[in-house]
This record gives sequence, C-alpha cells and structure tokens, in this order.
Amino acid sequence: MSRPLLEVTDLHKHFPVGHKGIWGEPAGYLHAVDGVSFAVERGQSLGLVGESGCGKSTTARAVVGLHPATSGSIRYEGNELVGLSRRRMLPYRRKMQMIFQDPYASLDPRQTVGSILTEPLRIHRTVKPRQRRLRALALLDAVGLNPRQVNRYPHEFSGGQRQRIGIARALALEPDLIICDEPVSALDVSIQAQILNLLADLQERFGLAYLFIAHDLAVVRHLCQRVAVMYLGRIVEIADRDELFENPRHPYTKALLSAIPVADPVVERARRRIVLEGDVPSPFNPPSGCSFHPRCHLRGEVEGERCSTEQPHLTALAGAGRREASCHLVQLEEARVPVGG
Amino acid sequence: MADDQTTIAVHHTKPVLDVRNLGVRFDSHIGAVRAVRDVSFTLEPGETLGIVGESGSGKSVTSLAIMGLLPMPPAVVESGEVLFDGRDLLTLPQRQMRKIRGGALSMIFQDPMTSLNPLLTVGKQLGEVLAIHEGLRGRKARARCAAALDNVGIPNPEQRLAAYPHELSGGMRQRVMIAMGLLCNPKVLIADEPTTALDVTIQAQILELMQRLQAEHGTAIVLITHDLGVVAGMVDRVQVMYAGRVVEKAPADPLFAQPMHPYTRGLLASIPTLEGSPGKRLFSIDGQPPDLADLPPGCSFAPRCTLANERCRESEPPLELAGEGQGVHRRYSACFELDRLLLDSRASLPAPTNSAEEVQR
Ligand SMILES: Nc1ncnc2c1ncn2[C@@H]1O[C@H](COP(=O)(O)OP(=O)(O)OP(=O)(O)O)[C@@H](O)[C@H]1O
Ligand code: SF4
Ligand code: SF4
Ligand SMILES: [Mg+2]
Repeated sequence: MSRPLLEVTDLHKHFPVGHKGIWGEPAGYLHAVDGVSFAVERGQSLGLVGESGCGKSTTARAVVGLHPATSGSIRYEGNELVGLSRRRMLPYRRKMQMIFQDPYASLDPRQTVGSILTEPLRIHRTVKPRQRRLRALALLDAVGLNPRQVNRYPHEFSGGQRQRIGIARALALEPDLIICDEPVSALDVSIQAQILNLLADLQERFGLAYLFIAHDLAVVRHLCQRVAVMYLGRIVEIADRDELFENPRHPYTKALLSAIPVADPVVERARRRIVLEGDVPSPFNPPSGCSFHPRCHLRGEVEGERCSTEQPHLTALAGAGRREASCHLVQLEEARVPVGG
Repeated sequence: MADDQTTIAVHHTKPVLDVRNLGVRFDSHIGAVRAVRDVSFTLEPGETLGIVGESGSGKSVTSLAIMGLLPMPPAVVESGEVLFDGRDLLTLPQRQMRKIRGGALSMIFQDPMTSLNPLLTVGKQLGEVLAIHEGLRGRKARARCAAALDNVGIPNPEQRLAAYPHELSGGMRQRVMIAMGLLCNPKVLIADEPTTALDVTIQAQILELMQRLQAEHGTAIVLITHDLGVVAGMVDRVQVMYAGRVVEKAPADPLFAQPMHPYTRGLLASIPTLEGSPGKRLFSIDGQPPDLADLPPGCSFAPRCTLANERCRESEPPLELAGEGQGVHRRYSACFELDRLLLDSRASLPAPTNSAEEVQR
C-alpha cells in the first residue's frame, strides 16, 4: 500500500493550567489531545467529529503547526514535522492549508480581497509578481465569486461569500491537503449546501485531500470517505463512512447518531433515541477507566467495574474496512463473533 | 378567514395567542430595515408551533415584538395586534406588560447568558420571578425554586441555588433558563433557538425535557429554530419565514412530505441527511437572501427562485390557502406558481423521505 499523505501517530497536546504564581509551575495539565492516531490518503477526506471541547480543533491546529505538539508524530508524505523549526516547516505549511469556522474573524477587514489572495503568493514567492493579480482573479472564479469583486473588502460580502474567500485563500498555494475546521457550521442551510458542493467540486478538480472537522455528522457523511469519532481527547471509533453510519459499534457513536434530529416527522416519531445522561466532562479532570463511562448507556453490559477502572484501547475489529474502536463491550462482542463472520 | 367556524366546531378552543398582521421595521443609518412584514399566526392551547427560517428572516424580531422587548428606537412596530388573554399586548402599558412577561407568557433564549444575570445566584434570580408574579418569598419560595431545578433534571438542586450562572455548564444553564421560564406555569412559552448553542447529545436531553414539561403542564410553545430536524421532532404546525414574511404555513407532516413553497422545498432538499446516497451533489438554492433595507419589488424569493416569472418580480404573492386541508389541516403558501410547483413536485425533488424503519438503529 502507498504511503498516506498525512499520518498522525499518538499525538498528544497538553496545555498547562492554573499556574502557582506568575512564573511558578503549572498546577496541572489539560490533556486536550490524548494519543490520537489517523491517516489521510491523497485525494481523500477524513472526517473528525465529536462534541465541543473534545479536541478536534486542537488536533487540527497541531497538524498545521499553529501550536506545537506535546508528543507524537505527524508525518507528511513520510517526513516528520514534529520538532521542525519554523523555517523548515514553511514548505509543508504551503502544502497544508486551513479553512476556519468563522469567515468573519479569519479575514483581515482592512485588506481587499485581491490583497488577501495575493498575500500567501508574496510570502511564499510561488508566483511571479506580475502574475499574482491574474492568479487572484482565477481563484475568485474557481470558488464561484465574480472576479470583478477583487477590489472589495470582506465586509462587503455575505457570510457564505466570505467563506468562499477563505477557501480561495487556502487554494492560493496549490495545497495537497486542506484542513477544514467547522467550515459550514456558521452558515445557513441553503448557503451550507453551496459551500459543501464547492468543496466537493474543488476536491475533484484539484485532487485535494481534506481533514474535515465538524460536529454535524450528516455533513461529514456527505463529504468524507472515512470518519473518526472523538471523545475527550481520544478517538473512540474510526471506520470507513458506510460502516460507521450503517453499523456504529462504539456506544458513543451510537448515541451521537441517534441524537441527530432528522428532518422528517414520520421518522422522528418512529425513532428510538438514546438520550445520554449527564454533561460532557471536562478534559481537565477526565473520568477514570473509559472516559465515556459516566454517560454510557451500555456500561451495564460489561461485567464488574471494568468500565470505570480500566481504560479501553483502540483495537482493530474483524471485517473489511480497517475499522477500530475502543470499548470493552465491543471487544467482548468481537470475541463472540467467529473469525471472518 | 371565512371557514374559521370549522376549526372552532372541531376544537371548541380559543387560541391562547393570536398575532395579527405584525409589522416591524428598524430605522438605521442604511435606511428602513423591514424586518417583519404582515406576520399572522395563532397558537392553540397546549400546541407547539415551529417558526423556521434562515438567519435574518425575522424570527427573533417576531418573538421580541410579542414579548414587548424590542429596542425602541430603532425598532418601530408599524402594524398589528398581539392578542393574549383578550388583551392587545402591543398597546399594554409597560407596567402591566412586566406582570405578564415571565409569568403567563415567558421566553427562553439561545444564549442563557443574555437572560441570566451573571451577578446573581440562580436561587436569587428564580426567587425574583416568584416574588414578582406570585408574591411568594422566603422558605416557601426557596422550596419552589429547588423543586423547579429538580424538575429540569439538575442534580443537587438545593446546592445549585447558590451557584452563579458561570459556574454551570452550557446545558445546565439552559436547564436553569427553562426552569425559570416555566416557574409560574406559563400559558405560552416562546423558545428562541433553545438548543442551537448546545452539543447534539445535550440538545437531545433538553428537547426531551421540553416535551415532558409540555405534556405535564399543557404549555403552548412557540419553538423558533433554523434546524428543520428539531422542528420535525417537536412541533404540530410549522410556519416558514423568508425575508420577514411568512411564506408557508402547514401542519408538520404534510409540510415535510410535500412542501408547497419553492423556498421550503429548496431548504428541505439542501440538508445533508443520514440516509440516502452520500457523496452526490446537494441540492442548493443559488444566491443569498435579499437586503431587508432594499427589498426587490414583488416576491422576495424571486431572485433565487427557479420558477420565478415576470409576475413574481412585479407583485408580491399573498399568503393563501393551498391544497384541500380542512380545519387545523389547512395549509397556506405565498407563491404565484403553486400549481406548477405541485405538478412537477415528483420530477424536481430528490427521492422522497425514506421509511422510518430504515433509520432505526
Ligand atoms: N436592534 C436592531 N437594529 C437594527 N436591525 C435589527 C435589530 N435587530 C434585528 N434587526 C434586523 O432585523 C432583521 C431580522 O432579524 P432577526 O433577529 O429577527 O432574524 P432571525 O430570523 O431571528 O435570525 P437568526 O436565525 O440569525 O437568529 C435582520 O435583518 C436584522 O439585522
Ligand atoms: S468501555 Fe464500557 S463505558 Fe466505555 S464505551 Fe464501552 S461499554 Fe461504555
Ligand atoms: S411567487 Fe414566483 S418567485 Fe415567489 S416563490 Fe412563487 S414562483 Fe418563486
Ligand atoms: Mg434569532
């Protein structure tokens, strides 16, 4: 098998919290990302889903080097990125671009669209000065904006159009990988559909790979071939799209899927919804054992105190589709299934 | 409406809330923003009405107008009546309005921090509501407040009364707000995006809670949301807003099964779903909503509508009876091309909704 475009192995990102005095030792560490591994293949999309605070965005930011990883490995086409100096990171930064949730906050209000789009070209010197403006016009066209609007400012555009500008900026350096952090969460449904279609078109046209972060599972299902579900800094299940959505195995994945409201009253009435108890716990003080156990509706199926004392690990499951889950119950189920069944 | 007799004959009820021809504009430096135009609806006792629409379509302005909470100026109520308990709330003196608001008519918001006072404990805030509306104080009031928190699933309610809003998680704050909204057994609860800021698993908890409380107290609810999934699971009737107007109004089931307005249809078709074949292009409505300070003449949806013709661009389609439904099953749509829309409904809509079994897991 060929090498993946991006390979993340056992990534950790800890933030110090509660310093004792100004220069004192931190009182503890918040484990925002706690041993995450995944791969993104060239031209493919991996969806990273989970609730707020589960570490999705921190993972994304660590991958593009916006904040350094505490430990672990991030390989781009086999080259290790963790520990690289800013200067040596630069060529990789070009290949990996990012799109953010908030199209308002991520664009400089004092720059025209043209200058926003040519700035990366200037910094990375990939395009000759004379051709930069032409390039900006082509980028606007590629994302479905009128090239004649090149001299306008971000505030003159609607939310959806601003997200298109953000996408055009990400495309400027011809990346292989775009990390999309909740790119459609702030948009209305009708505009969201436009942007999702645009992302799909661009992927096909330029052979882009996406690391696509979202809390909306339906959106992820629409765009991604593979999906990883995160809970409290860890991946609890990772599988190919159809396996994950048709036969979710981890109790959290099951609950998450069943909690999504479906826009059909007939379906809604017939559904049995798993309503989880309690709140999403704080990553500062994660529960013992399986971190999902205080909310898990299936923990009673596992004998004794295992769920609350012993941390399950991500293990491969039988069957096709390189599927993994981290749950004692799933492992028991696997042991019962005859191999190959 | 001529055939109102039928509704009354079937239900013997009077609406608890009757909004008639509400119009609100904002006078701003860019000119008059026509936020709400000619919005009418009724709410039956114990029923849930959903108001859906995209950002800026006038959902919140409608609810703020009903509650008497619009900032005036810049807001100007141009027209309409809001009948509640036989009185027009729009003409009620502020002092009387304060007695109703938070009591028989209450509201919960998307962001609990806008309606909870960060400087006061939860117990103090709940206590104030009881003092204003029921003159209840002291130990009795305290017990009622604790019971209210218990009722919305907050653990250790006695202790939580001493907590400040920022000490609670988002889901907990939303529960406190619901407890506060329901404290005096309102006849009508207006919930403006009550779960939009929450994670889906917490949203599921809150929606279940609202349904249970409604069943117990018979509160009539106006549920405002942009999430058509939430609407599908929660409401009896739906009203769809676009650019400040109601463009379609119908009971939930037929609305989702066969939308009778091009905008509703486009909206439903553009949602990615959990079933059906993924990876295909989504249906999408081109363009964006109009500028409310500079509305196009005619139908506000015309610039984005695939069925638009000359007439649509010249005059505004009225909200009229559509289809054969009787009584509460009546449907309304504001579209000149309704016939064409219904004719080609099979052809241009994506596959109809899947059967319920397929989605069960
Ligand atoms: N205080 C105000 N001053 C000026 N314009 C306002 C004010 N409040 C609301 N508007 C305008 O009124 C229109 C309707 O807004 P409203 O808040 O009702 O929309 P909404 O449907 O609730 O949208 P959302 O889904 O974003 O909550 C918008 O164009 C908005 O900009
Ligand atoms: S390990 Fe136990 S608590 Fe954790 S998800 Fe599996 S069954 Fe639930
Ligand atoms: S009236 Fe015309 S423009 Fe408006 S929704 Fe109907 S067909 Fe479209
Ligand atoms: Mg609103």
